[in-house]
Amino acid sequence: MKHPARPFRLQHIRDRHDPLSLVIRLLVSLAALLTVGILLLLVGYILIKGIPHLRPSLFALHYNSENVSLLPALLNTLMIILLTLIIAVPLGIFSALYLSEYAGRSNRFVQWIRLATETLAGIPSIIYGLFGMLFFVTFLHWGYSLLAGACTLAIMILPLLMRTTEEALHSVPDAYREGSYALGAGRLRTIFNIVLPAAMPGILAGVILSIGRIVGESAALIYTAGTASQIANGLFSSGRTLSVHMYNISNEGLYLNQTYATAVVLLILVALVNWISHFVAGKLTKGS
Amino acid sequence: MRRKEQAAHLLFFLTACISIAAVALICFFLFANGIPAMRQIGLFNFLTGRVWRPSNDLYGLLPMIMGSLYVTAGAILLGVPLGVLTALYLAHFCSRQLYRYLKPLIDLLAGIPSVVYGFFGIVVLVPFVRQTFGGNGNSILTASLLLGIMILPTIIGISEAALRAVPVSYYEGSLALGASHERSVLFAILPAAKSGILAGVVLGVGRAIGETMAVMMVAGNQTRMPAGILAGIRTLTSNIAMEMGYATDLHREALIATAVVLFVFILIINLSFSLLKRRSAL
Repeated sequence: MKHPARPFRLQHIRDRHDPLSLVIRLLVSLAALLTVGILLLLVGYILIKGIPHLRPSLFALHYNSENVSLLPALLNTLMIILLTLIIAVPLGIFSALYLSEYAGRSNRFVQWIRLATETLAGIPSIIYGLFGMLFFVTFLHWGYSLLAGACTLAIMILPLLMRTTEEALHSVPDAYREGSYALGAGRLRTIFNIVLPAAMPGILAGVILSIGRIVGESAALIYTAGTASQIANGLFSSGRTLSVHMYNISNEGLYLNQTYATAVVLLILVALVNWISHFVAGKLTKGS
Repeated sequence: MRRKEQAAHLLFFLTACISIAAVALICFFLFANGIPAMRQIGLFNFLTGRVWRPSNDLYGLLPMIMGSLYVTAGAILLGVPLGVLTALYLAHFCSRQLYRYLKPLIDLLAGIPSVVYGFFGIVVLVPFVRQTFGGNGNSILTASLLLGIMILPTIIGISEAALRAVPVSYYEGSLALGASHERSVLFAILPAAKSGILAGVVLGVGRAIGETMAVMMVAGNQTRMPAGILAGIRTLTSNIAMEMGYATDLHREALIATAVVLFVFILIINLSFSLLKRRSAL
């Protein structure tokens, strides 16, 4: 996380007798309190209801209607994450490299790419899901499969990866590049030996953020990766991720306690992902 | 050596084309599969029909369009004031130490999966609305409340950035004229950040209109015209997600046509977002 500069802070210039100032102060503080309060209510409620139900049986290897184990879904989630990243990370990094290291600023083509990524970033996940179903599942005959889900998600996280990588590349000082060229290195060598390593923490933070998106996604996966409740045994077999799993068992309505417990696991995953990405991004700002 | 450089250049160029190809593919597959249904049903009948009954081949999308608009408007009404005020607090009122804890918390709010929000809606908001306002709890109000919470991180993030981008001299000028810190922030900085904040609101609209799972879990999903904020509603997104699993033939194509309508909405929203963003130079 970048700490924004705060060049001014003159709170001592505060008129204690001005009622409007008091009201404003009260209002913004209340709003912040309410926002944080809602978050704490949400997280607290789910933790309190869910943690007592985190039983070992929830982590059994197989799912059945007596024991709605979340382990298969968790493993499917990990597989989808891995698969999606394998597809999307090279694409994201290479695209960002093109945009920031190769294309000139006045290149018209770059504007098209930017327009496309902005569009991709705004498309709702249900449309990704529908597209994935039409293209990967039906048109390419992949069926409901991990691969179809991962490809759909890869397109979905591409804008995020490109943007974070580009930012990371921009934060690498030009002196690094000039130094490398001065020593006689070519462009490719400069990029892979100097620029990319220096930008790595920023890129990594983006990758971790994308993992968070993948973990939380459900609408794009229901009609691409499908909802099979067992561990997927191959790229072309269907498997539900943890979010889809949670949606399904909450829909069935019979497993309230297990749903709470699943929500706890999801929250922990997301918090972990957030924390790691903060930590990694913090390294970047410290390093430069 | 030269050849290697050129190959790399070409490779990077080709990967950069992927996002354009993806947008083109998405447009092509949506429109190619959705437009025939629109033609068969009749665009006017499709967009203004009030009855959605696939078993009778009646495909009127108006209830869902209205549903999406109502729920989104509700979310904006609830989420924007709260979000902007919170952003003001974060940017100009809280101490640096407090900020270090608050910011990650707000980021966490953004990362929580929508099914978790939806589930929270089912177990907390639905009973709350049922007991406080009546009705059966699955309503426009509940969905608006939930979406209002879900768009908070978007609104807060962009508003905060816009507020911080305002030149310090605005603030200092206001102070020099004798205004207090609070008045300066509200009457000098906030108006200057207006178009940036508006961009955040537009992005929030996009998020709200595109949200699927959480809304589907609390909105009741009846395919009827909105009948008051305590009645249930179905949105465009949940229309697709609910019926896609078993739809065939024209029904299926009508659902894809629903996605086309949603997509057009989103394109309009995206366009206005980029225009606003350009103006505010965020």
